[in-house]
Amino acid sequence: MIINGVSIDATFAEAFPMKATRAIITAQNEKWAMISAQAMTGFATSVIACGCEAGIERVLDPSETPDGRPGVSVLIFAMGGKGLAKQLETRAGQCVLTSPTSALFAGIDDGLQIPLGKNLRYFGDGFQTSKKIDGKRYWRVPVMDGEFLTEATTGRVDAVGGGNFLVLAESQHQALAACEAAIIEMKKMPNVIMPFPGGVVRSGSKVGSKYPALGASTNDAFCPTLKGITQTDLSPEIESVMEIVIDGLTKEDIDNAMRVGIQAVCDLGAANGIKRISAGNYGGKLGPFHFHLQEIMA
Amino acid sequence: MSALTFTVKQETAQRVDMSPLSCQLLKGKSLPEIAAIELQNGKRKLRADELFEISGSNTQQIIIKNSFAKLDFIAKDLQDGSVAVEGEAGAYLAMGMKSGSVTVHGNAGLYAACEMKNGLLTINGNAGDFLGAALPGNKQGMKGGTIIVKGNAGQRAGDHMRRGTMLIEGNAGDYCGSRMIAGTIAVMGSTGRFLGYAMQRGTLLLWQQPTLSATFNDCGSHTLAFLPILFKSFAKLDSKFADSTEAFDRVQRFGGDMAEKGRAEVLVKL
Repeated sequence: MIINGVSIDATFAEAFPMKATRAIITAQNEKWAMISAQAMTGFATSVIACGCEAGIERVLDPSETPDGRPGVSVLIFAMGGKGLAKQLETRAGQCVLTSPTSALFAGIDDGLQIPLGKNLRYFGDGFQTSKKIDGKRYWRVPVMDGEFLTEATTGRVDAVGGGNFLVLAESQHQALAACEAAIIEMKKMPNVIMPFPGGVVRSGSKVGSKYPALGASTNDAFCPTLKGITQTDLSPEIESVMEIVIDGLTKEDIDNAMRVGIQAVCDLGAANGIKRISAGNYGGKLGPFHFHLQEIMA
Repeated sequence: MSALTFTVKQETAQRVDMSPLSCQLLKGKSLPEIAAIELQNGKRKLRADELFEISGSNTQQIIIKNSFAKLDFIAKDLQDGSVAVEGEAGAYLAMGMKSGSVTVHGNAGLYAACEMKNGLLTINGNAGDFLGAALPGNKQGMKGGTIIVKGNAGQRAGDHMRRGTMLIEGNAGDYCGSRMIAGTIAVMGSTGRFLGYAMQRGTLLLWQQPTLSATFNDCGSHTLAFLPILFKSFAKLDSKFADSTEAFDRVQRFGGDMAEKGRAEVLVKL
């Protein structure tokens, strides 16, 4: 398959089941809601070392938030329910509770309920008060700037993590420009995050390493500087490869995000140095979710 | 199916216990069976059809027409279904109500919604004393649900209230929120003496400046984030409280009752 001169590999991205939740952060203005959301989703690029993968889903209009203030919705993904709950609580406690004027709400009502502010309330040292409104429990925790309002719980759902595609370009700046264009379009899609810095990964990994202590190492088959000395997957004209990783609440959400992302890359086309789109997988043996690039772009 | 309608033939001199005519007890019963239900009337019993003209068949939608103030225990322990009272309701209206809705087009007597657990009670007239309270000797009053009073409420509204929302469009009598454990009482009109007496937790939300006892301390003026959410939850109600122009988030906060736990609050609109 070739779109606008860009070859779409007959391969697939392989993804894994994860647990996910959504939280809504509001504040006096969008600036402070975003600061809190950025702190909460910081250092959350990969479950390998961060404990979770998190990102900002989108900015919310005041009409969309529970308290009518500007807000930001964040998605957090983890490999298991316990890990997710721990990450959520820790991040909410250190990054949202502490953030001026913030309030924190559930972004998913269904599913198993996990603590959001349920335990953060103890920061109130007995001065905290609860309000049950329309069946939802809220906690009001007195803090130095007024009150921190938080919903007690949020819903946890089954999700999918690790959807991806690789952008192979003739130069580093062309690869990055294509990825930036893809991220702009993908950020418009609901229920997905691209957890890596700016949504783009330059250090895609393979499973395993020559060093026994490491479970993953550089994906040498896609490293352009190793073309001559390893079993490369790159043709001579490829000078740079970048990856976009996608976590989504459902497989369909990732399908849709990959479609608009790849399309945005292909819109730049061969004329802008984009040669191929590929994807990372483990031979289909590890992850139950397969995203076939040519099917998605068909 | 048309609503099961009880039309009072003639008011009785003695009080009537209406608890056998609650929706959940009538489910599956035929009209003759309902007509034969005995109601306690003073020290004697009378058949339902002696007191009422009975028509309709939907036992989950009851209308009581020409109701008068001696019909006690209307909608007791109501579970689903709706009850509409056209006229006055006696004491213990919607006592222990679990779910469903009750609407009274006139006034209600003592202990309306006492120990109510959930559901919606609307009183278009005035409510008597001990609205949403605990029965004498019991320690917990209303535990959930919503009460709307479009007129005034008597004394001791929310006495021992545990949870839920009480919305009073008119005035509240003395001891409003007394011994309240938790929950929310909102009063648009005036409040009487001894507001929040021995109140432990919970919120009294007031539109008018109250006379507070010395055991409520001024905590200053604040913009509280939970108030817009609370007012938004009122939007679906048939009440002045649903009017967005009545909503506010800026309040003077008084903490008390310091003679008790001191974790309750009186919030007065600024």
